[in-house]
Amino acid sequence: MDYGLDTKSTRLKTFNTIFIITWLLIACFPFIWTFWGSFKVRADFFSRSDWWYAISAFNTLIETGGQFTTNAYTQAWTEGEFWKASKNTIIVTVFVVSISLFLGTLGAYALSRSTEKYAFWILMAALIFRAMPHITLVSGYLFPFFELQIWGILPTTIVVLVAINQPFTLWLLYSFFKTVPKELDESALIDGCSYFQAFRHIIMPVMWPGVITAGLFSLMLAYNDFTVTALLLNQENHTMVPKIQSYLGTNQHEGNLMWAVSAVVSATAPLFMLVMFFQRQVISGLTAGAVKG
Amino acid sequence: MPNKTFFWFFLPTGLAMILFIGLPIISTGIQSFYAQHDQVVKEVKKCDPFGCTVSIVVDNEETSKIREAKPLGKFNGFGTYTDRNHLAVDEIKKFWNETENFGAFVDQVTNLPFYKALIFTLTYCLFVTPNVLVLGFIIALSLNAVARKIRGPLIFGTILPMIVTPLVGSLVLFWMIDSQGIIGANIQNLMNDPYLSLKSSKTLTWITIIIYGIWHHSPFAFVVFYAALQTVPQEPIEAAIIDGASRFQRIKHIVLPHIYPVVTFVALISLMDNFRVFEPIIGFSAEGSAQSLSWLIYDNLVNEEVILFGSAAATSMMTIIGIAILLAPVLIRTWKEFKTAR
Repeated sequence: MDYGLDTKSTRLKTFNTIFIITWLLIACFPFIWTFWGSFKVRADFFSRSDWWYAISAFNTLIETGGQFTTNAYTQAWTEGEFWKASKNTIIVTVFVVSISLFLGTLGAYALSRSTEKYAFWILMAALIFRAMPHITLVSGYLFPFFELQIWGILPTTIVVLVAINQPFTLWLLYSFFKTVPKELDESALIDGCSYFQAFRHIIMPVMWPGVITAGLFSLMLAYNDFTVTALLLNQENHTMVPKIQSYLGTNQHEGNLMWAVSAVVSATAPLFMLVMFFQRQVISGLTAGAVKG
Repeated sequence: MPNKTFFWFFLPTGLAMILFIGLPIISTGIQSFYAQHDQVVKEVKKCDPFGCTVSIVVDNEETSKIREAKPLGKFNGFGTYTDRNHLAVDEIKKFWNETENFGAFVDQVTNLPFYKALIFTLTYCLFVTPNVLVLGFIIALSLNAVARKIRGPLIFGTILPMIVTPLVGSLVLFWMIDSQGIIGANIQNLMNDPYLSLKSSKTLTWITIIIYGIWHHSPFAFVVFYAALQTVPQEPIEAAIIDGASRFQRIKHIVLPHIYPVVTFVALISLMDNFRVFEPIIGFSAEGSAQSLSWLIYDNLVNEEVILFGSAAATSMMTIIGIAILLAPVLIRTWKEFKTAR
């Protein structure tokens, strides 16, 4: 807060700097550490004897002859079939984002332009739907999906993720549409446009920032989902996150931890780059519902 | 907008929500009244030169016939709700009659699976939500005091824990605090106790998961508070400075009242998210000492032998009721506002 009158003591400034640096360390170090460790062998990153091995690469040198190794990556992507999982993730994400934006913009536009009482109730119902834990919905899906024999395939999961995502997309786009003045489409209606033409040619062109934000959040939901994809997809169709979990191993079979480490890095890196690029939109999306009202 | 136009605009999204959120809730409700079939048994008489023995074996053919005829299972009414794995009505009555003091009674009850999970879920919500609010607010205040030029990268670093999926976030932390990880191994050295590990103690596991929760959710609170801080009016603050108000007083009497609506919003959202805690339990492989309601449902659904639809559905319904109780004050308030606004 830069108010000319507000002078900060040096002590406060130092304290503030220390606090921020500590927090950033806590927030970021785990990721940096995992990234670093993914280029080591398991005996180094998960060292029983000495954690310093992860830095000095003691075992990595013995096993591979170099300080760094990309073995974990090559193995996870080929043997571990992570390429298949990432292909599935791309398919799911692309379809979920495009379908949710298509449904969401239409619905949210209608909600923002309606003065009827039911619009309010629909928004409230969406809020309640947003609060439902996904796992309770999944427990409702499984049985009917088994009976209809549509369990395990990608299209089912895509449709389910779109539906789960709708309440949030509706709220987000609703608050963006509210900021577009009503007069804009009203004048188009007077000129003889239909509602759909006004929506398509007048409103959508000025809505791109909102659409990008909503798209980013749909993308993050589809990309990050574990509950739905782990339970509704069969082994063959697993996306990245359930695949990572399968590398961890269970009581019955030994997993491959280094595969999981490299898979975590592979899955997280694109997401971080995306957020770095679209940081402004992510933040405006998070605050859209809260600050404006 | 005329009703007819509204209908066509809203139809696709409405249909998606009714089919895949509304109906599943109803389907869960119906499933919760059914339980999987018992296996059909038959008596088999086996005779050999030394005499005949009668043994009881599972009749697989009959069992699968019944399962096919009634895939939903047998009607169980509220039986699933009251059984040992859910509300455990009989067990609680028994404990009440048998135990001598109240402490022992509570001890017994909290060992039942449903109550154990409920207590963990509530403890998690109770500790994570307020800490998230406080930490998020402090980070927002402190970043707000930094020069504008370097804020961008700092904000990026701050929101990282939030944008990764909970499973990945908890794994990344788990790999560090595990007994073979960098922090875990050092703590073992420091304490001089080679057996000290996350899995060995229930309290430690709970604390770790709660710390993870704060780490994961604080960035969200931060972002919202940070945006709200930008809208705080300057004049009252300047006036307060002239009147000699301390920094703390300014925050308490001007900034906080201004962003109060946002605080309730963040509290509500993070309460809702915390109530469904589930992935960190898998990430930290903490199933042994920490179970949440959502984890119970997941466990029923991935059951190896036969998926316990009825049991999962009953827990789901009770989770939904829990969410409804959490949301009730907000909904009532919104409804009142809506009524007075008209």
